[in-house]
Amino acid sequence: MNTRSNRRRTAALGIALAAVLPLAACAGGGTADPGASEGGAGAGGTDPETFTVMTANENPVLEEQLTALSEGACKAENEALPLEHQKVAQADTVQKVTLLASQGALPTHTIAGTALIRPDGDLNAAGLVGDLKAALEGSDAWDNVLPAAASTVEQVYGGMYSMPYQYNVEGIFYNKEIFADNGIEEPQTWDDLLDASATLQDAGITPMTEAGASGWPLTRILGMYIFRNVGPEAMAAVRDGDAKLTEPEYVAGAQALADYAEAGYFGEGFSTRDGDTSSNMFLTGQAAMTYDGSWLLSAINDPERNQIGGENVGFMPFPEVDGGKGSIDQYAANAGAPMIINAKQFGPKVVDWVSCIAENYGQQALQDAGVISGFKVNGDVTDISENTAEIQERIAGIDQTVLWFEALMDSKSNSLASTNATLLTTGQMSAEEYMNQLQASIDANG
Amino acid sequence: MNSIFGDRKTIFILLAPALVLYTLLKVVPVGWSLGLSFFEGNSLRGFEWVGLQNFATFFTDPNALQSMWVSVFFAIVATIGQVALGYGLALLYVFVLRKGSTLVRTFVFFPTVLPTVAVALLFRSFVAVGDNQGPVNDIINFFGGQSVEVLASTVGTMTTAIVMTLWSSMGFYAVLLYAGLLDIPEEVIESARLDGANGLKLVRHIVVPLSLPILLSSIIFSLNATLKVFDSLLALNGGGPGTSTAPMTLYMYRTAFEYAEYGYGSTIAVLLTALCLVFTLAIFRSSRRKAEA
Repeated sequence: MNTRSNRRRTAALGIALAAVLPLAACAGGGTADPGASEGGAGAGGTDPETFTVMTANENPVLEEQLTALSEGACKAENEALPLEHQKVAQADTVQKVTLLASQGALPTHTIAGTALIRPDGDLNAAGLVGDLKAALEGSDAWDNVLPAAASTVEQVYGGMYSMPYQYNVEGIFYNKEIFADNGIEEPQTWDDLLDASATLQDAGITPMTEAGASGWPLTRILGMYIFRNVGPEAMAAVRDGDAKLTEPEYVAGAQALADYAEAGYFGEGFSTRDGDTSSNMFLTGQAAMTYDGSWLLSAINDPERNQIGGENVGFMPFPEVDGGKGSIDQYAANAGAPMIINAKQFGPKVVDWVSCIAENYGQQALQDAGVISGFKVNGDVTDISENTAEIQERIAGIDQTVLWFEALMDSKSNSLASTNATLLTTGQMSAEEYMNQLQASIDANG
Repeated sequence: MNSIFGDRKTIFILLAPALVLYTLLKVVPVGWSLGLSFFEGNSLRGFEWVGLQNFATFFTDPNALQSMWVSVFFAIVATIGQVALGYGLALLYVFVLRKGSTLVRTFVFFPTVLPTVAVALLFRSFVAVGDNQGPVNDIINFFGGQSVEVLASTVGTMTTAIVMTLWSSMGFYAVLLYAGLLDIPEEVIESARLDGANGLKLVRHIVVPLSLPILLSSIIFSLNATLKVFDSLLALNGGGPGTSTAPMTLYMYRTAFEYAEYGYGSTIAVLLTALCLVFTLAIFRSSRRKAEA
């Protein structure tokens, strides 16, 4: 009996060792390149055979515009280094990029996860994230990157690690006709917004539509309240440990969002409303306002979707909070999903490609797709809608931007902020509890 | 023939291809996952030996414990419902509908062949509120009630998930148990009837004991399937509201693939496997005790 159980024990130990030993051999195998851990690497890599670009399935515009450039303005660069496309579902980005990078198969130019490319992120620590500023500064190419876009990219990622294929500002789109019919002026303060919402609700109109199912459209409102209340450095202070989300002025943001939802201003069924439904509610005149980004312009410019007419769409910044330290002129801005250059392949031909994109993408994307990017528009663009022109004008006049609520958080806390937003706005979680959980997550994972 | 199956070498040669495939596709990944659970990191950052720390973390991680509770609760309630409804339907087929049960069996079985994600989206639209309101709220409005945002609450989401699971799987368990009931000899039923056993008495004292083996198999089958629920809860409400209906599988997926923590993700997978094993052994033990009694 003893012999049998000993044999069993030995066999079990053998299996466990067999499982563990190959991994033990891998331990520490992914050590970063010495010297590359201080942040992104500039140009200096070796050119690949092709200029492989991996973009998200959800963003067909980028693929189309880069293809158009390869056949037009960047034809010479394309002949020297042919463009090839790879696709990935946005939700699988972290998984796929991590796997490809570990196999040495990271595409030359690729979408990546925010946390991965920050200086302490896995990709950057492995020396795989090209520093665009270091590579392009001093050449004409760098002059084609808008300073505001570069500043936003640097704030979010901790360096100029992403090509700003989009430059989005966020604010409240509103229906001018509904506002006029109900005698409402653009709200300048949060209290004005509450008054306007009450008036609209009394008139039987949903005051503001948000895609609650995604979570982040709700936390945007919470975050903007905090930026207006505490000031533009509010979330940087939390990241640096100088402030806590549990402090009363931060909790006030969560409370304001919870109260707004409790009053019914988001309308029936907001917590399960998806992005398209929410946009359609605004564009068909069922809702008077929606907090969204300038990416909504593609829907506003589409006559099939926009039934209220472009002339009836107004755009205003998020209002101030009485007694707060933030200003109504500080718009929230972002530069789209991160698109990095693989530092190992950042050779001269890739630099040529990147320079050509920087020079021509702004005009190409605005003319063909109505996309406002973080690149200079070199050349004439015709037939832009008034709404697009208005937003462009606002962007040109912005002196200071703020990030969004979760921008500086680690990926776990980022996810928690979004998922718990439903609990907060449906009264299942108090503002204090929401902020306590989030701060605990930041403390544990940040 | 007997001499062929009596030859160990022949048995080995016949089994080897399937065994090799099984080992490569099942045993090796399980072993690999077990190994990973003692490490921290991912394929890019590299792996660092942390011993049992991931296991210790799991039992102090409120999100992990909550996801385990969701998995266990869902598995127990869904299993009771699936097997009870399936058994009830099987009895209906055998003792009431008899030969006319073919059409009903087909209709009840039909949802089993639908993809779970499609079923989840269907139920999501059933309970929808707002512009595209579903029939559930239409009925509530018809009787003068206010629309309910079912998926905004944990109870509402979990109830919808369980109803959805029962609807889509009871047909399968009904067919499984129906096959078991058909194996009960007609003579035994007849003689029990002659002895005066009818209705519930007949079911309790004759049918249930004789169909116990297939009933236990169904319970084990159901528990293992529902403990590993993933796609239906993800498609229904993304494990929400918050993470209140996120099962262990979803937490494992997010940990490994969204947060790139392969070691901790593997630990959750190993503990889920252990949980399945515990449930299966518990059912086996209780059945053995019953058999001995």
